[in-house]
Amino acid sequence: MVKALDRKLLRDVVAMKGQALAIGAVMACGIAVFVMATATLRTLTNSRDAYYAENRFAEIFVSLVRAPVDLAERIGEIEGVVAVDDRVVQVLTLDLPTLNEPASGRVISLPDRGLLGDGLNVPYLITGRWPEADRVGEVVVSEAFAEANALELGAKLEATLRGRRQYLTVVGVVLSPEYVMQVPPGSIFPDDQRYGIFWMSRRQLAAASDMVSAFNDLNLLLAREAVPEEVIRKLDHILEPYGGSGAYQRNDQQSARFIADELKSLRAISLGAPVIFLSVAAFLLNISLRRILSMQREQIAALKAFGYTNAEVGIHYVKLVAVIVVIAAAVGCLSGTWMGSGMVAMYGTFYRFPVIDYSPGLEIYLIATTMGLMAGVLGVVGGVRATMKLPPAEAMRAEPPASYQPSLLERLGIGRLLSQPGRMVVRELGRRPVKAALTALGIAMACAILLVGDFGKDSVQLLVDVQFGIAERDDARVHFVEAKPARAFAELENIDGVIRAEPFRHVAARLRNGQRFRQLGITGIAEGGVLYRLLDREQQQIPVTGSGLMLSAIVAEKLGLSVGDTVQVEVLEGERPIRNAMVSGLVEDFAGTAAYMNLDALNDMLREGRTVSGAYLQLDSAREQDVFADLKSRPGVAGVTLKKVMIDSFMEQMTDNMLKMRGFILFFASVISIGVVYSSARISFSERGRDLATLRVIGLTRAEVSGILLGELAVLTLVAIPVGLLFGYALCLAMARAMSTEMYRIPFVIHPGTYGLASLIILAASIASGLIVRRKIDSLDLVTALKIKE
Amino acid sequence: MKHSSSPTNTESGGAGQEPVFEVRGITKVYEGEVPVHALRGIDLKLFAGEFVVLLGHSGSGKSTLLNIMGGLDTPTEGSVHYCGQEITDFSERQLTFYRRDHVGFIFQFYNLIPSLTARENVALVTDIAHDPMTPDEALALVGLDHRLDHFPSQMSGGEQQRVAIARAIAKKPDVLLCDEPTGALDVKTGVAVLEAIDSVNRELGTTTAIITHNAVIADMAHRVISLADGRIADVNENEVRLGAVDLKW
Ligand SMILES: Nc1ncnc2c1ncn2[C@@H]1O[C@H](COP(=O)(O)OP(=O)(O)OP(=O)(O)O)[C@@H](O)[C@H]1O
Ligand SMILES: [Mg+2]
Repeated sequence: MVKALDRKLLRDVVAMKGQALAIGAVMACGIAVFVMATATLRTLTNSRDAYYAENRFAEIFVSLVRAPVDLAERIGEIEGVVAVDDRVVQVLTLDLPTLNEPASGRVISLPDRGLLGDGLNVPYLITGRWPEADRVGEVVVSEAFAEANALELGAKLEATLRGRRQYLTVVGVVLSPEYVMQVPPGSIFPDDQRYGIFWMSRRQLAAASDMVSAFNDLNLLLAREAVPEEVIRKLDHILEPYGGSGAYQRNDQQSARFIADELKSLRAISLGAPVIFLSVAAFLLNISLRRILSMQREQIAALKAFGYTNAEVGIHYVKLVAVIVVIAAAVGCLSGTWMGSGMVAMYGTFYRFPVIDYSPGLEIYLIATTMGLMAGVLGVVGGVRATMKLPPAEAMRAEPPASYQPSLLERLGIGRLLSQPGRMVVRELGRRPVKAALTALGIAMACAILLVGDFGKDSVQLLVDVQFGIAERDDARVHFVEAKPARAFAELENIDGVIRAEPFRHVAARLRNGQRFRQLGITGIAEGGVLYRLLDREQQQIPVTGSGLMLSAIVAEKLGLSVGDTVQVEVLEGERPIRNAMVSGLVEDFAGTAAYMNLDALNDMLREGRTVSGAYLQLDSAREQDVFADLKSRPGVAGVTLKKVMIDSFMEQMTDNMLKMRGFILFFASVISIGVVYSSARISFSERGRDLATLRVIGLTRAEVSGILLGELAVLTLVAIPVGLLFGYALCLAMARAMSTEMYRIPFVIHPGTYGLASLIILAASIASGLIVRRKIDSLDLVTALKIKE
Repeated sequence: MKHSSSPTNTESGGAGQEPVFEVRGITKVYEGEVPVHALRGIDLKLFAGEFVVLLGHSGSGKSTLLNIMGGLDTPTEGSVHYCGQEITDFSERQLTFYRRDHVGFIFQFYNLIPSLTARENVALVTDIAHDPMTPDEALALVGLDHRLDHFPSQMSGGEQQRVAIARAIAKKPDVLLCDEPTGALDVKTGVAVLEAIDSVNRELGTTTAIITHNAVIADMAHRVISLADGRIADVNENEVRLGAVDLKW
């Protein structure tokens, strides 16, 4: 049998269903976001770690010009190295019949002795079979490329490898831990259609690329106790004579870096969002419960008089909260699980893991529920404690009339300007300044969340506008297979349909300032170029003159350099000169780490004549296709990057995901603001129902009476919006900072329209909840309202 | 018909011989900006099965005295013994169990839980009592067996008060303390409520104390104690007790 006290509990919950719903919804949102982010984070982390372990993803990576295979053994003897995998890696270009422009890619050797054993970065075969060592041109291809180009098993591709035309036959489709996310060199976005990864048997690839008994790429696995920096130092030393371009660790490997960065921001969401939601929920619980407790003072006293202990009474109210929390937690866990599966599916299209096992895990639910309960306890502990302390005899007396005072505003003389209802509004706010402040704070929170939701859109827009509208104005970018004399550039310039071409030279280098160093590419660009501009913080073009070095601001920061400082440049190619250069400018770019020089100065530094690695092209849009066809036929061209296509596909993907996210965020923010406004209005209504009824009896109209109650909310909302916008600004700034990594800088910008939209949505939410309460005021039963003693 | 005794002679009379309550020299001062001396030295004995009426002007300290005897409040000085135990020495928890096990309260404003039906309001008490009646029995005793499932808001004031009585007597308390149980009622319902209390006193032998402003009710009592300004001003013993229906309003 249900105890009478528990029946009271259930009926109390039902009686406060509107508020319970509002509070529960806010709490459920917090729990849902937590479950979603945590479950996604865990799923991705587990899938990644399992994948890396299973397929022996390397820990140290290095590429070189050419070394004899025997050298690999010597490297294996470095202390701390557990496995060595020497490979041949080549770039190739492809002439796909379905594509006008040339596609490019990398082809990587597969050990002939079979994949089992000590190979690293072992691909995962999805369909088909491995290439045979004695069959020419058999390859397996990365799934992303196969899907984007609808390649079937047996498909033949026309490729150019080391200047030789060759037909490749697709015999299998694979995934690789090295390319969970594949981004073409020189780009910041993936382009699965135009950039693919291929694997060929070592024997065939070595024969095709003049690498028999040699390797040009090396991967290592380390012992747990190994010191990676030490291994890298020794490795670089050994590879120096063989054109080693500097080894790096897993966290600098592009694909691994991408994922790690994403997981980092997921973690930030999984911690930050619940804190906001749950503190709002705790606050709502607090004000609602305090109201209930003061309404039930006499009931509490009676219970105590009958011999219910303080603990029993306290627990009764804790249970009331627990009911709300438990239901909210259940709803939050369920919807979080559902949202998480959507997130994981979305990530699944970006990140290619062989197995993504979505398993939220019981303990996530437990943690989520505990967090909810903690917020609940936090919200109610004060009220319940006060109730428990209440001596039973004391409680028998009704609460003394609330004490009002002329508010500060009135004392300042504004009172005279106010009508009588206006005065009531001001006094009510002044009487409970903490409640009023917290209510405004809650609404402000919602407003801030809205800004955060929309800020990403503005950031991306700015990024695209600046990076591709002002800085990089080329239509296409051509990379040569290897650096070529100026003549090769002149040929590009003369292709029909090329309006303008500007050369660039790209060379791998290490910049060193004392102990700190960064490995990156130095790009030499022509003076007076217009297709590729370097921009400073004010988005002004930095002239490319003299022999100075222009660094990405982030690189300068990491190296502790500023304009005018000298930095040591170790070139990692050719004769590997070591030079000092002055930092002559800082480039505000958004992705990657870069260094730029005047082209002539760079050629001089490399002690070479005019040599180029590729060119930026401006194309006559009518003859684009001819240009592509021409480029396709040039064996020296390693790849062409098309900006427009790249941006379009990126934006399309971003917008799609962002729309989904915005939908969620909009929903969450509305829940918070409606929850706060409604609860607050509901409480004011319950506190002042009698006063309002009295006013109605005296002869005030419904509208006038509603005005008094809703006026309070209107004031709070109007105060909250600017505060919320300010909050949101700070929150966005913090987010941009937190999510920016060395690889990606999130530009911080919020358009005025975004502020406007957030304000409008909050206003709408306030009005909506005001209308709900207004209905209650309208249906105020005068007789009962006056008769019932609270 | 009435026999008046001096204020100091408050320990005589009564139905039984063993005092259930023994109040010695209690005072109660409410501290505040202006300290209020609600009780200024009360000595009183209540005997088993006795029916006592407390009279006095508003503010004379009646509720304060009753609350202290019921373990709801503690005196500033003095002691209260209940069946030989000094309840003024009790801890908060002991007081709670004293109330739970021995005392039935009836309040002027009923203090029913609005979200519970008549039966559930009574069950609230029987849930934690040792050897209670069933809620239905208790409600039948006050003539409300036909309104078991009604909520307080669906009942008249008198009916609500009778639910409050049923709630107080359902656990068969040793003492019944009533603070103006008929204050808000008309004559007829007032009589019905008093009848219910009277019958509990007679049938269960419950020691009963009633606060009232209505001197007529005093005729039902074994003893009538008048308070004035925090002191016992007068004690009257009735040689004949009237039934509630025989009271002349
Ligand atoms: N919590 C309190 N704080 C201060 N003074 C109090 C408090 N409770 C009661 N009093 C004062 O103590 C005195 C006695 O109060 P009590 O409630 O016992 O009077 P009463 O005889 O029951 O009056 P009534 O017939 O009006 O109910 C009164 O003057 C009252 O104002
Ligand atoms: Mg009183």
